[in-house]
Amino acid sequence: MRRLMYFLPLVGLLILGGFFLKGFELNPRELPNMLQGKQVPDFDLKPIKGRDDKGFSSKDLQGDVSLVNIFGSWCVACQVEHPFLMAVKERNLVPIHGIDWREQDPDAGPEWLRKSGDPYTLVGDDPLSKAAIAFGVTGAPETFLVDADTVVRYKHIGPITPEVWKETLWPLIQELRKQ
Amino acid sequence: MKTLLVTLLMALTALPVLAVEPSEMLKDPAKEARAREVSIALRCVVCQNQSIDDSNAQLARDMRILVRERIEAGDSNQEVLDYMVSRYGDFVLLEPPVKGTTYALWFGPLVIVGLGVVAVVAFYRRRLRAVAAGGGGTQAASVPLSDDEEKRLAALMEDAES
Amino acid sequence: MITEVGHFALVLALMVAGVQAVVPIVGAHRGNAAWMAVGRTSALTQFVLVSIAFAALIHAFMTSDFSVLNVVRNSHSDKPMFYKISGVWGNHEGSMLLWCLILAIFGGAVALFGRNLPPTLRARVLGIQALISIGFLGFVLLTSNPFDRLIPAPENGQGLNPLLQDPGLALHPPFLYLGYVGFSIAFSFAMAALIEGRVDAAWARWVRPWTLAAWGFLTVGIALGSWWAYYELGWGGWWYWDPVENASFLPWLAGTALLHSAIVVEKRNALKGWTIFLAIVAFAMSLLGTFLVRSGVLTSVHAFATDPERGVFILVLLMVYIGGAFVLFAVRGPALKAGSLFRPVSREGSLLLNNLLMTTGAGVMVLGTLYPLFLDALGGGKVSVGPPFFNAAFVPIMIPMVLVMALGPFMSWKRGEALATCKRLWPALALAVATMAGVGAVMGAGSPLALFGLGLAAWLFGGSCLELFQRIKLFHAPFSESLGRLARVPRATWGMTMAHIGLAVFIVGAVGSSTWMVESIQVMKTGDTVTVAGFDYTFHGARTFRGPNYEATEGTFTVTRGGEEVVTLKPEKRIYPVQGRPTTEAAIHTMVLGDLYAVIGDEDKGGGYVTRLYFNPVVAWLWLGSALLVLGSLASLSDRRHRVGAPVRKAQAEQAS
Repeated sequence: MRRLMYFLPLVGLLILGGFFLKGFELNPRELPNMLQGKQVPDFDLKPIKGRDDKGFSSKDLQGDVSLVNIFGSWCVACQVEHPFLMAVKERNLVPIHGIDWREQDPDAGPEWLRKSGDPYTLVGDDPLSKAAIAFGVTGAPETFLVDADTVVRYKHIGPITPEVWKETLWPLIQELRKQ
Repeated sequence: MKTLLVTLLMALTALPVLAVEPSEMLKDPAKEARAREVSIALRCVVCQNQSIDDSNAQLARDMRILVRERIEAGDSNQEVLDYMVSRYGDFVLLEPPVKGTTYALWFGPLVIVGLGVVAVVAFYRRRLRAVAAGGGGTQAASVPLSDDEEKRLAALMEDAES
Repeated sequence: MITEVGHFALVLALMVAGVQAVVPIVGAHRGNAAWMAVGRTSALTQFVLVSIAFAALIHAFMTSDFSVLNVVRNSHSDKPMFYKISGVWGNHEGSMLLWCLILAIFGGAVALFGRNLPPTLRARVLGIQALISIGFLGFVLLTSNPFDRLIPAPENGQGLNPLLQDPGLALHPPFLYLGYVGFSIAFSFAMAALIEGRVDAAWARWVRPWTLAAWGFLTVGIALGSWWAYYELGWGGWWYWDPVENASFLPWLAGTALLHSAIVVEKRNALKGWTIFLAIVAFAMSLLGTFLVRSGVLTSVHAFATDPERGVFILVLLMVYIGGAFVLFAVRGPALKAGSLFRPVSREGSLLLNNLLMTTGAGVMVLGTLYPLFLDALGGGKVSVGPPFFNAAFVPIMIPMVLVMALGPFMSWKRGEALATCKRLWPALALAVATMAGVGAVMGAGSPLALFGLGLAAWLFGGSCLELFQRIKLFHAPFSESLGRLARVPRATWGMTMAHIGLAVFIVGAVGSSTWMVESIQVMKTGDTVTVAGFDYTFHGARTFRGPNYEATEGTFTVTRGGEEVVTLKPEKRIYPVQGRPTTEAAIHTMVLGDLYAVIGDEDKGGGYVTRLYFNPVVAWLWLGSALLVLGSLASLSDRRHRVGAPVRKAQAEQAS
């Protein structure tokens, strides 16, 4: 019995090591989607320059499956996913709405979209993170999949890659459309 | 690797300098004090282990402004905290709530102290038993000194004396 | 060319470490003196080789050799020379090389000063040191090579994070590593003792100076980091319970426990298995700290480069060294004979209680620091464990410890008298009550816990002083005799008294600065006056100027109290164009009862400046207390009995006779 006690530190260390190994697979910054299965938060955003006719509000999401993409002209990773969003738009696969987040200069977002292409159906301006905080966003880009009844079905953190699209988003979109 | 890169890119927004700006502060000192209290309890979600009160990350600033707007609109401190938790989860609270997933955290220290006390008590009792049984006692080393070591020891003692 | 020499020296050092890890240990096993002697020469050779490598890297930074990738990433030709040099360890690769250098320094020191160690013990200690060296030299060469070239070389470097361009933070890592790595010696001694199957008073006496030195360095390192946070981060805080801060505090707690339990081994030949265990744990905590900072499993504001490959490598090192040590402990530990008896109420008993509280405190810190990881790994979601938890869980454990700290030194060995000891301490109790009443009368009774904390500090201070008075028979013998006795007080005792008083002083600083801090944030225009804690700050405007590698905005405040000028404060806000990042340089005027602390921020549209003015009460006591802790360790180190190489097998001598 007493001899066994001397093995306790070893056992403790092994357990700790197991947790650390597991820890390598986890991302401490990736927060869970608190809105999963819930209504999108209420928001009503002003238009960005150059799209002065219409802003973007939560009511616009009613009636169709859509993606809500939080982006900013300052965000490097957004430029990574941008060509892919353009491709989705060109093939008319699903409407993508944009929330232009935290632009220091109100011209920067519109300027970027004008230069590199605009994949968004509707865009709202969110300079003070009102909508971003309501969605529980920590960084750009983040993308929310919203169904026709404005219920949030999925959150993707980071750029949308072809793999993410093929394996997760597109199957989910098709499934939601069937319902 | 890709996720790491993204994490790094997303992390670049954090700067550990100057936090609350005078322009954000509420006119009413009582409400401002409440806003500070709430801000200190909320974690800046992009800068790891800083409260939004301490951080000048932009998101932290926007959260501070939101906290103040909600307090102005008549929310209680708890309601503001609840709102933030409904968006970011328990992660946003620097003081984790006491609930199923955190019992081990909050009661763990009691268990650790308890185990320590039990171990020490067991140590004393075992030693007492050993004495009662005539063992234990005061023998020192498990290996006695060799002749060679005795000589070295004697030499050292002389060294120390002189 | 010099860079290649450094790289080559490092590879050679790894090979030498390979020899040093095998030959002396085998020699000790076979009783072959020549083989054992290899340990000494190879440890010194290793030290020379790693020094050459480190000097080569310093040379690359000093000459701004931008064909070296590490220099490009972390230096810039505009940087002042001091920060070019400190940039060597201001990054992951260079800091790991520093780690290896310190490991080699300690190994060389054992080889050089360990002449009086039994040859087998010295051979085994050096062999185990070399095993550790192999791991870390391999880590540097395989995953974090600071000598990698970048061809073609760019025009200039990317510069060093401006926050790191600061004297406090330039010196923080070397001291921290001297502490972390210093515990490797205690670890190696513990391993050697387990292999030899002998732990005795002489062993404890050999281990103690190394542990004291490591502990003193670690204390300096932690205090420097805390001091830096206080004056650089710009809001007057000095400790945040951040995972990386906790990672440096954990080995400190374990090391403190080890220092105290080693006393019991030395004086009473008891607690041997426990002391061996603590020696392993202290080094384990050092490795854990290194792992946490560099692996990214708990990301934090301080994290260095986080790369999974490096994280896995350090995890493997942690598991191999500590796992191996625990296996050896499990196999050989039970054979260590229990030492002499003592009662719970005795000097040993109080030291054991210190150990219990220190280790449970460390356990609680591990739990809190790693809990987000535990929960996430088990699928329980994400939580944050912040200061409220640590204040609620850790501080209560420290309260009984401080209470007993005043009592312990009064107790006699083996069997003490609780009641008699308490009676002797009545002046300390009176001092504590008077402190609580006095501070309560001035500051109000609004913070009873803070008053209690100050009372505790007074109790500890009083108790430590009384113990010294009793030792020199002050008031119980003619004054001249007391003076004579004072001169003969052993330095180790002075060390204890200083360190304990240092902790009391530290507690005053910690309690006072976190309870009664006054803050005022506002926009000020030239000529405006703001009153903070009775001090009137008048703003005289700001000017901009260029520093060597930054642009600064400097504000001027005169501070008066009751119309009398106290000081002129000139805080700066700097922008480092290479990185485009701002830093704040707070202006601080330190007084016994508190610091005046001013920070200047951005200019607002109306021509005023954002200013942050603080009164940080008794904050200087934190650094004074830390300095006393370090002085205590130095005093103890200088004690004749602790001088490295002067061990006396006293217990054995008694035993043998």
